[in-house]
Amino acid sequence: MTVRVYVPGDMAAVAVGADQVAGAITSAAGAAGIDITLVRNGSRGLFTLETLVEVETPRGRIGYGPVDAVDVPGLVAAGLFEGGAHPLRLGRPETIPFLARQTRLTFARAGLTDPLSLADYRAHGGLKGLEAALALSPAEVAARVKASGLRGRGGAGFPTGIKWETVLAAPGPQKYIVCNADEGDSGTFADRLLMEADPFLLVEGMAIAAHAVGASYGYVYIRSEYPFAIAKMTAAIDLARADGWLGRGFDLEVRVGAGAYVCGEETALLESLEGRRGQVRAKPPLPAHQGLFGRPTVINNVLSLAAVPFILSEGADAYQEFGFGRSRGTLPIQLAGDVVHGGVFETPFGLSLGELVDDIAGGCASGRAVRAVQVGGPLGAYFPRALFDTPFDYEAFTARGGLIGHGGVVVFNDTVDLASQARFAMEFCAAESCGKCTPCRIGSTRGVEVIDRIVAGQAREANIAVLEDLCETMKLGSLCALGGFTPYPVMSALDHFPEDFGGADVRRAAE
Amino acid sequence: MTQPPDSAADDALDTLIARHRDRPGALLPLLHDVQHALGCVPADAVPRIAAALNLSRAEVHGVVTFYADFRATPPARRVVKLCMAEACQARGCHAAAARLSAATGLAVGETAADKSLSLEPIYCLGLCASGPAALVDDVPVARLAGARLDALAAELTR
Repeated sequence: MTVRVYVPGDMAAVAVGADQVAGAITSAAGAAGIDITLVRNGSRGLFTLETLVEVETPRGRIGYGPVDAVDVPGLVAAGLFEGGAHPLRLGRPETIPFLARQTRLTFARAGLTDPLSLADYRAHGGLKGLEAALALSPAEVAARVKASGLRGRGGAGFPTGIKWETVLAAPGPQKYIVCNADEGDSGTFADRLLMEADPFLLVEGMAIAAHAVGASYGYVYIRSEYPFAIAKMTAAIDLARADGWLGRGFDLEVRVGAGAYVCGEETALLESLEGRRGQVRAKPPLPAHQGLFGRPTVINNVLSLAAVPFILSEGADAYQEFGFGRSRGTLPIQLAGDVVHGGVFETPFGLSLGELVDDIAGGCASGRAVRAVQVGGPLGAYFPRALFDTPFDYEAFTARGGLIGHGGVVVFNDTVDLASQARFAMEFCAAESCGKCTPCRIGSTRGVEVIDRIVAGQAREANIAVLEDLCETMKLGSLCALGGFTPYPVMSALDHFPEDFGGADVRRAAE
Repeated sequence: MTQPPDSAADDALDTLIARHRDRPGALLPLLHDVQHALGCVPADAVPRIAAALNLSRAEVHGVVTFYADFRATPPARRVVKLCMAEACQARGCHAAAARLSAATGLAVGETAADKSLSLEPIYCLGLCASGPAALVDDVPVARLAGARLDALAAELTR
């Protein structure tokens, strides 16, 4: 009898030696005369445990992790292929608290299946959403997505169904579906995990969107820093086309970015797809009216499109019953930085920041105290412990001077210097600015200089006033979120951690 | 930059142009393929790409220089792209950078004079729960601390 063994092929697993683990398992099985089928599944998203090896046994799948290639001989001697006892044995992965506590609607298949097996995809509920959608009229599909309460997961939080209705109503012989997979925010990796672990789900979501608005062609724009996701999506599209459910009336292709953070902004992304510098467009016109090549275009984040198959197959109510306030459904939160348990944690909106950081992520892996948490990527605010009661909800974060963004949470320990984080935010904005609008292009460079003067103690009060004024100008005057949101990390660092900017040294005085 | 005419590179460029020229928004995919085939986007390729796509040379030059990925000269023999973004900062990428700089004599952003090695910053590989992370000659590596970092530093100076 052949034993099925799972070793993730995810980039984060390969980066810690998964290929070597797979090789060691294959040779150890050969040497022991055991017949195995090695599956390179996607990651389950708990990256701390990578490489997470799983073995199928009569009692279900048994996990071992984190496994290094040097552990393999010992594991095999301990009966790895029968699920034998070993210090690295984790039991059934579903029972690991980090995974057991999630509500996985979008990431239901991540880590369970062979990402490029259509048989696996169908066996685990794949394509039910598309089948349901094709039985409905386009307007009914858009209405169902609207009823689910799904809001854009890229960060802006605009209702997805309304965007689709706008494109459906826009006249035009040619319409496009564009998937924004330019996941450039540090601390976010849910798009990457999804594309690597369950690429057919994104293809299915885009096919549903195409039916809903009458689009005939689509693009998945993936950043070049994600070579594994590019390979998986390209292969999945080819397989879906060969299988016949893609390519009849709607087809799509992968396009690769070229190292420009600003191309995650939707209009810069469209410029880039058209073959130009990734410079932001002024709105209006909205992409829904005049998007790619001037045609009506749905542009959605990976996670928005990937949430749609569930909504179609299980119903808008099933999705909408999860959530908090006006934030409906689940959000795949990404726990990163100095954390004990890091990875993708999909959960209904409403969990507090403190529960996530202290309880689910387990605090700092370094053993130090948590000092600051940046939520929402490089353009998100730094929150101190005093704000850890903030629930994960678009409106609640806005009310506290922050943003959810793409759901990335980066935890910093007590060695962090928030003045240098604020300076980095301005520096990053200066490096990545597309150059189109002045507040962003010039304001960011002036911002670096002003922060340097404040930290050096030069006319501190006056320069803080200049920084506040500059941030206000960038916030109100920039064309897009790059210049417009860079003030969030800067001002939150200054407001919540003034002692790092050479102010009254509250922290040391208290010690 | 003047180079002796290279007919193999010319042929490669012609083939790639023919493959991409009729695609909508052909420039980025074409530039990626040119760089993959030739190691860079050489200055003398720019006017030919521009003519083939009915663009001005300025437009093509503008695109090549806008995107961090595109290079006008071939890369060093070995390239380490170390993530320097916030999540890796929180996990000690500055210490990892200092260790690699001490071993190689290169600051982040520098290339060795003999073009044997580049140490480049990159802003996020999506390995944010396993940092510090890097791409070493396009192979991802993570948890770059302790013995793993020592091994990489030793390998780069070999």
